[in-house]
Amino acid sequence: MILGKVVGTVVTTISHRDYKNRRLLVVQPLHLAGDVPDEDFIALDNSQAGIGDTVLVNREGNGARQALKNPDACVISVIVGIVDSAFVQP
Amino acid sequence: MLFGRVTGSAICTIKYPGTEGLKLLIVQPLNKKLEPLGALQVAADVVHAGPGDLCVMVRSREAALAMPDVKFVPIDLALVGIVDELVVRPDGLFDFTLKSGRNLYT
Repeated sequence: MILGKVVGTVVTTISHRDYKNRRLLVVQPLHLAGDVPDEDFIALDNSQAGIGDTVLVNREGNGARQALKNPDACVISVIVGIVDSAFVQP
Repeated sequence: MLFGRVTGSAICTIKYPGTEGLKLLIVQPLNKKLEPLGALQVAADVVHAGPGDLCVMVRSREAALAMPDVKFVPIDLALVGIVDELVVRPDGLFDFTLKSGRNLYT
């Protein structure tokens, strides 16, 4: 799982049935100061997150299928939590 | 999952069993600013996208799971949604760095 910030929303009227009734959000991964940031990606929202929220994202298919309770879901990235605080050892 | 722009189509007469009848499209992967990300790729289409459409794509094993019938097919990129509206906030608005010590987000 990774930490990221929600920076955008995606609206898809025509989409695969596994994506129905859930929002797609654009997530930018967080990085340590001085590190090169990872590429942004799209994640399915399972935690009622919104733009500006710092979120916990599962980026693995099997975990995503468990989070969505659908053994055949064609989803990789799922937002599974909204982060209140993070501690990094100085 | 990532964005892609449909730029063309690919036609194969001989395909692996289970992939017959699948529409193959040539797509350009894009980032959130819709800038090209690497080279053109071929994706299987399950949402009837057309040339010029901005799509949501899924990679790896989950691409094969997006197929309507046979779920055990050699597909590693699939189009799973057509984007109607995209709202992305500019980069300067948020801080994406994790600082040493405690980071509070609420």
